[in-house]
Amino acid sequence: MHAVHPADGDPSRRASTDLTASTDLTASTDLRASKTVWEPAEISRALTRIAHEILERTDGAGEVILLGIPTRGVPLAHRLGERLAQVEGRAVPVGSLDITMYRDDLRLRPARTLGHTEVPVTGIDGRVVVLVDDVLYSGRTVRAALDALSDIGRPRGVQLAVLVDRGHRELPIRADYVGKNLPTSQREVVRVLLTEIDGQDAVVLGEGGGPGGPGSPGSPGSPGGTAVR
Amino acid sequence: MNRHLISAADLSRADALLILDTAEELAQMADRPIRKLPTLRGRTVVNLFYEDSTRTRISFEAAAKRLSADVINFSAKGSSVAKGESLKDTALTLEAMGADAVVIRHGASGAPHRLAGWVRGCVVNAGDGAHEHPTQALLDAFTMRRRLGRLDGLRVTIVGDVLHSRVARSNVLLLATLGAEVTLVAPPTLLPVAVGGWPCAVGYDLSAALPKSDVVMMLRVQQERMNAAYFPTVREYSRRYGLDADRAALLPEHAIVMHPGPMNRGVEIAAEVADSPRSTIVEQVSNGVSVRMAVLYLLLGGSEAQG
Repeated sequence: MHAVHPADGDPSRRASTDLTASTDLTASTDLRASKTVWEPAEISRALTRIAHEILERTDGAGEVILLGIPTRGVPLAHRLGERLAQVEGRAVPVGSLDITMYRDDLRLRPARTLGHTEVPVTGIDGRVVVLVDDVLYSGRTVRAALDALSDIGRPRGVQLAVLVDRGHRELPIRADYVGKNLPTSQREVVRVLLTEIDGQDAVVLGEGGGPGGPGSPGSPGSPGGTAVR
Repeated sequence: MNRHLISAADLSRADALLILDTAEELAQMADRPIRKLPTLRGRTVVNLFYEDSTRTRISFEAAAKRLSADVINFSAKGSSVAKGESLKDTALTLEAMGADAVVIRHGASGAPHRLAGWVRGCVVNAGDGAHEHPTQALLDAFTMRRRLGRLDGLRVTIVGDVLHSRVARSNVLLLATLGAEVTLVAPPTLLPVAVGGWPCAVGYDLSAALPKSDVVMMLRVQQERMNAAYFPTVREYSRRYGLDADRAALLPEHAIVMHPGPMNRGVEIAAEVADSPRSTIVEQVSNGVSVRMAVLYLLLGGSEAQG
């Protein structure tokens, strides 16, 4: 995993589940020809809007549990939780759901470091679970998350909130709450930076590496880009 | 990480911590309604046991099954081995069956190492002779870290039949890697000749070592391996090197008592100590499943192209 190739998956996802790769990633993309498409204030405004949408759609979020998908979904879930609490005046349970063990591309790369799963003590049975992630791409992460959820309990409903939807779905999955629809080409790389992890808030769009890198479309098992996202 | 787990010495500090951290995440699963992950679906793990073992084999079997791997148990008794098949021929048979990992316990030191040269799958050493038992050391380290919060600088005293103990050797090697200070306490006859080269201290007085211990690990007296008179009587051994309630009282308040099992109650450990709150003996068993899941996941969970 050196050259970041679009077929090799969204790097923000990769960085989030495979922490060892994140330095590698920064070095390889070095954000050449990259541009910031979203500033901190816009991210904050989008999260506030999503929080209000959640309240509207779930009748005050009384039964809602926010589960962030590591790594960057988790701080996003906490930020949404704070906003829900501010508006409604009562705390909404927030947790995290690691999906590494449920991925469909485990055999394509070395074993990944696991993220942390923390389900609120209330459990998820009969609740409305809102999954929170930074970027929605192929939809494979969300598929894995749905599998992981069903092993933890039986929620009454599952919804999906993402900060950025960059298109190129490979599975019949859509988000219920979207911060920003960002039209991209598969060559491009979308990175969400968050203060809690990266020291700053931003959404960055960069050029991917050239073709022929490891995990290129020709590699077995990833026809046309089996990016988990 | 290496492709095989043969010796605790093969693990770097980073590897060992990765296994412990992974096990920590997997241990959470024990509280869930569905204790199964789809991760190793379609992979085959063979348990190849040339020596009797209950807890290690069951532990590996449970670990593999919780990761959805298929498990084939192969014990030497009543099998082709009893008919005279060599280890290599057995290995080639397993290879032909498509084993992705072989968990091997063997009476001869070095058997897993030989096996690793014959099969394409990963080899996990589940105990070879008096040599090593790396997953036991990992689960012991995991238990210490869970109970006491750290490993760096932890004072660990390992007591008893070190000579015949693969658990002691693996623990000394792993704990040294992880920064703990290990002291072996045993009768001189039950210490290996080369113990001077091990990364640990050696003592002969248990009562003197206990007040300076955060962890005391009692080893089983392996009478089945004893072909000479290593100590005069079991009673005398028990008096000098057994952990009874009076001796356990010398331990600091926070110290824990470990035993890899199976125990000889009344020989190396008194029943009241084994059942006391500071004993981690039952925890060690459940932690064993989490640690073995972590090992199987890290060896088998990724792409095979890794060296």
